[in-house]
Amino acid sequence: MRLCVFALKLRSVFHPLNTSTHYDVAIIGAGMSGLAAGIRLAHFGKKVCIFERHNAVGGLNGFYSLGGRKYDVGLHAMTNFVRPGVKGTPLTKLLRQLRIDRDEFALCEQKQSRVAFGPNGETSLRFTNDFAVFESEVARQFPAQIDGFRALVQVIRTHDEVALDTGYQSAREIVRRHLSDPLLEDMIFCPVMYYGSANEHDMDFSQFVIMFKALFFEGFARPFDGVRVILRVLVDKYRQAGGERRMKCGVARIVAQNGRAATLVLDDGTEVTADHVISSAGAAETQRLIESPITHPQSQITTGHPVGRLSYAETITVLDRQPAALGWGDDTIIFFNDSERFTYARSETQVDTRSGVICFPNNFDYGPDRQLAEGWFRCTCLASHALWADLPEEQYRADKAARYAEIQRSARRFLPPVDDATLTAATVATDMFTPRTITKFTGHLGGAIYGSPQKIRDGRTALSNLYLCGTDQGFLGITGAMLSGISMANLHVLAAK
Amino acid sequence: MTKEECKQVVLDIIADIAPDEDLTNIKPDVRLRDQMELDSMDFLDIVMELRKQHGIEVPEADYPQLASLDSCAEYLTPKFIALGK
Repeated sequence: MRLCVFALKLRSVFHPLNTSTHYDVAIIGAGMSGLAAGIRLAHFGKKVCIFERHNAVGGLNGFYSLGGRKYDVGLHAMTNFVRPGVKGTPLTKLLRQLRIDRDEFALCEQKQSRVAFGPNGETSLRFTNDFAVFESEVARQFPAQIDGFRALVQVIRTHDEVALDTGYQSAREIVRRHLSDPLLEDMIFCPVMYYGSANEHDMDFSQFVIMFKALFFEGFARPFDGVRVILRVLVDKYRQAGGERRMKCGVARIVAQNGRAATLVLDDGTEVTADHVISSAGAAETQRLIESPITHPQSQITTGHPVGRLSYAETITVLDRQPAALGWGDDTIIFFNDSERFTYARSETQVDTRSGVICFPNNFDYGPDRQLAEGWFRCTCLASHALWADLPEEQYRADKAARYAEIQRSARRFLPPVDDATLTAATVATDMFTPRTITKFTGHLGGAIYGSPQKIRDGRTALSNLYLCGTDQGFLGITGAMLSGISMANLHVLAAK
Repeated sequence: MTKEECKQVVLDIIADIAPDEDLTNIKPDVRLRDQMELDSMDFLDIVMELRKQHGIEVPEADYPQLASLDSCAEYLTPKFIALGK
C-alpha cells in the first residue's frame, strides 16, 4: 500500500501536467507519422497526447548515441526533395500543413547517386535531383528502350497515386507494357523497392509511383545533422501547439466496447480514454492490441492482417576521413545488384548480399566550407528476421561480426577499390543493425521494415474510432510518413462530420 | 468589419497557410485556385483557421462560397458583423 502511494507521488512529480485521463485524440507512437498527426490536431485545438514506448522519438527514423557519436537509424536521405518555388509536391504539402518553414529543415541536396548492376557494377545509371540526368543515362545505356521509358514516365506523371480508394495493380505488369529489357526494369525497381516496398517481387502501382516520384522526379536531401533536425522541428511544433507526449509509456491494450476503442491501457497499467485513437503501430500490431471484454484475450492473437516479410540489416562504418579522401568518389547513394535478375524477397540466409544500398552521408552538398567531421559508410541488405530473432546473445554478436564483413565485402565490389589494410586503418568505429533492431525500434512484427504488404489507404480498422497512420496506411518514405499522419488526422478528426 | 477588411483577414490566413505563395497581385474576382496552388487540404485549413482565429463556422455545403476573395467577403462579412466584429 505504501509502495502504491509512493508510486503515485512519483508519478505526480514526474508528470505534473499529465493528470488528465481523457483526450480528444490519443496517438500511438511518436514516429514521423504520429508526430505529424499530433501537430495538426494540437494546432486546431484538439486535446491530444502521443504515447511512445521508447524514450526517444522517431521510430524507424530515429537516432541513437554510442561511444559519443550520434547514429541515424533508418534515414539515408530524405526523399521528395524539391527546390523552393516548386509547388504541389508532397514536400510542399507537408510544410504547409505543419506550418513549417522549409529553412527549418535546412535540407542539403545530394551530389549524385547511381544504380549499379552486374557482378562488379558494369551497367550503371546515374541520377541526381535533376530528372533530365536520369533520362539521358537511360537513353545512353538503353537506346532501344528510351521511347518506352518516356511513355512510362508520362503514365507515372499523370497517375493519381494518393487516391485513397484505388485497388491493387501490378507495377511490374504496367512497367513491362513500356519496357522490354528486364535489366532496365530491374534497375528501376531496385531503388524504388529498397526505399519503400513492403511487397516481395512486385508492388502496387500506386506505391511504385509514389516512390518513383520521390526518388527520381524529386530527389534526395539531408540536413547537415541528419534525421534529428527533422525530429526536433516536429517535436518543437507539437509542443508549441500544446500537444502532450508521454515517453516510455506505450499502449499495452486497447479495450473494445460496442465496436469502439473504449479505453487504452498503458504499459504502467494506467487507463486513459479518448474520442479518437490514431495508431502508427502497424495494422497487425494494432489489431493485436485490441482486447474485447467478451472474448478471451488469447483469441485475439491470431490476426487476419498479413505481417510484412521483408527486413534489412545495415552496417555502419565510421572513418577518420571523408569517403572521397579514401578514393570512393562523390556518390551519395548506390543501389547495387550482382545477379542476372534482382531479387527483392525475404532472405533465405541471415543476409542476402547479392543486392543492397550503399550510403555516404558525407556526399550531400553542405556548402563550400562545411563537411561532416567524420566519414560514414553505410550498407543495407535484405535480411531474415527469423534467422536473427532468437539467437542467444553471444551467438548474435558473433553472427553480427561475420555478416558485417560479408555485407561490406559485397558492397565494396561496386566502389573504386580500396585495399583492406587502408580501410581497416581508416575505420574508427563500427556498428550494425539487424531485423531484431528494427523490431526493437518500431515494434513491427517480423522486423518488417515497411510494414505489411497490404496497405489500408483510408486507415479504417475494425473499431469505428480507431484509425491507422504511418507505414501500414501506405504513404511511403519519411515525407510519406508525415503526410500519412496529416491525411488521417484531416480525414477522420478535423474534417469528420 | 468592411468587405475590404474581411478580404484582408482571408489573405492573412492564406499567407499563414501558404507562405510560399506571392499574394501581392491576387485578383479579388478570380478564383483563388486559379491564381495559386491551393488544394483541398489548403481549403480545409482556411475553414479551420476561420474557426480557430475568429470563431466563424463554415459548413461544408458553403465551401464553394470561398472560391474568390470577393465571394469570401460577400459570404463572411455578415458572419463577422453578426459576431460584433
